[in-house]
Amino acid sequence: MTPEMKGFILLSVLKMLFVFTVIMIGVALLTLMERKVSAWMQNRRGPNRVGWAGLLQPAADGLKNILKEETYPAVANRWLFLLAPALSFIPALLLSAVIPFAAPLPVDLDFTLGPLGRFAYHGAMPMVVADVPIGFLFVLAISSMGVYGIALAGWSSNSKYALLGGLRACAQMISYEVAMGLSLIPVLLMSGNVSFAAIIGDQQAGLWYVLPLFLSFFVFLISGFAETNRLPFDLPEAESELIAGYHTEYSAMKFSFFFIAEYANVVTVCAMVTTLFFGGWDIPGRWDEQGGVLQTLATGGFFFLKLMFWIFFVMWIRWTLPRFRYDQLMALGWKVLMPIALAYIMVICTAIYGIEHVAGITDPKLRSLALFGVNVVVALLVFGLLDSGVFIKGSNRRQQTSKALVKRATVTG
Amino acid sequence: MAIGVKVMKRPEREVSYVRATLKGMALTFKHMFEPKVTMQYPEEKSTTEWSISQRWRGTHRMLTDEQGRSKCVACGLCPQICPSNCIKLVPGEDEHGNRYPLIYEIDEFRCIFCGYCQEVCPEEAIHVGVHFENAEYSRARFVYDLERLQSQTHAVSTLWDPTDARGE
Repeated sequence: MTPEMKGFILLSVLKMLFVFTVIMIGVALLTLMERKVSAWMQNRRGPNRVGWAGLLQPAADGLKNILKEETYPAVANRWLFLLAPALSFIPALLLSAVIPFAAPLPVDLDFTLGPLGRFAYHGAMPMVVADVPIGFLFVLAISSMGVYGIALAGWSSNSKYALLGGLRACAQMISYEVAMGLSLIPVLLMSGNVSFAAIIGDQQAGLWYVLPLFLSFFVFLISGFAETNRLPFDLPEAESELIAGYHTEYSAMKFSFFFIAEYANVVTVCAMVTTLFFGGWDIPGRWDEQGGVLQTLATGGFFFLKLMFWIFFVMWIRWTLPRFRYDQLMALGWKVLMPIALAYIMVICTAIYGIEHVAGITDPKLRSLALFGVNVVVALLVFGLLDSGVFIKGSNRRQQTSKALVKRATVTG
Repeated sequence: MAIGVKVMKRPEREVSYVRATLKGMALTFKHMFEPKVTMQYPEEKSTTEWSISQRWRGTHRMLTDEQGRSKCVACGLCPQICPSNCIKLVPGEDEHGNRYPLIYEIDEFRCIFCGYCQEVCPEEAIHVGVHFENAEYSRARFVYDLERLQSQTHAVSTLWDPTDARGE
């Protein structure tokens, strides 16, 4: 093994440790943040007993969950019942490996460590565990794997609530994956590449994609909510109908695993939104492209800030909106988001062709600005339509039909 | 939609989901910075907004006279009226012919805290109290004997007075 290979492995292991630790601790703290945010939005204080301002509450919860009794339903399929939490937990954690969280760090490593030999690494180290060339395709593929865990949890519990919850989760995640995948095609059209590094590079050269690809961002965000089974799309859990949905029968640490998986998925979706539409670790201006330890730290911090904003946004939505009805959920996914995403691909295709080949603009900044102009028009149009109730109707728009029904009832009855 | 459901006719701006969502989010965001209403219970037991009612009927208290003896004359009215039959009274009589309770026990687990004992007591001896922190380590500790009832120091309940219904 060459010293360069060994250096690469060493640094990768260190990055893995770092990301894994941050994700695990971060997810634990997110449960606290969720409770705090919900409390503040309801004029309460939230947990503040364990540790300073309740900071040790996740540790107390974790300890409790480890010490609690694990119950197995008598009729459950025991092996699948055991396997399901792991199946939803592993893909959720796997995703954190491909998100770049800071600008590449210049490393100049060369040392010898006893019998292990010489380690060497020279050049810029990408601040991501695995800089996979398939980029967000990997995220889409692996995040769909999470549905196996949920479906198996629902089925193996041998309980009607769990089964219905699992089925709902499957149908919902598969439905929204369509809209999600379609909403990312404009990103691909813009950057010409699926790898996160290339996408961030393109956003640095032009504008953050949220401006030239606003509708993609909008559709992706909504699908992201549905993918993570968060309110207003938490139909799989729907405590008023299904008790707790697919994890009804789970207790103690196995239940915790579903919880950790849910929050890890939230982190991933928020990281995706940040990376794909808000420039990832990019700080506006050219300073962060110079490369250096300070730049890496600053960009890492900025990425964290953006990530936290979107996580807060997810919680904000959760404590604002009520749950959808199941048919409304499906209608939104198939009849609204998918057509919007499809039409948007056409619009963006045409616009990019027009800008690059007809108008002949090749400068990335100008190209992004021109697309931004197109997007203002498109966004105004779409939100105008949404607002006027062409896609989704408020109850008084149905008055015509209900009046007709009453009339018919009185005539026939 | 079911037949004959009444649908309110509302202006357009009130039925748009887009605007409703934004409005809701503005509202929840605003609430984050409003003063918190939580009462930090073990540290503060009443705030300016809320304190426990003076009519609260909690665990009992037996009042005593100046000599520290219980005011109870063992007339037997409270065990008689008690709907849950939780008061055990064995009357005794001293050399002057004064009646006093030999045994006076209230099983606080059986008690339904109706306050009839306080209402019926001719000597204003037994009272229900304005008190709610009753945790104990064993069930046996919830049978309050005379000594325990006398040693309670919390405020006694001001029962509802029909002639002054609003407590003014």
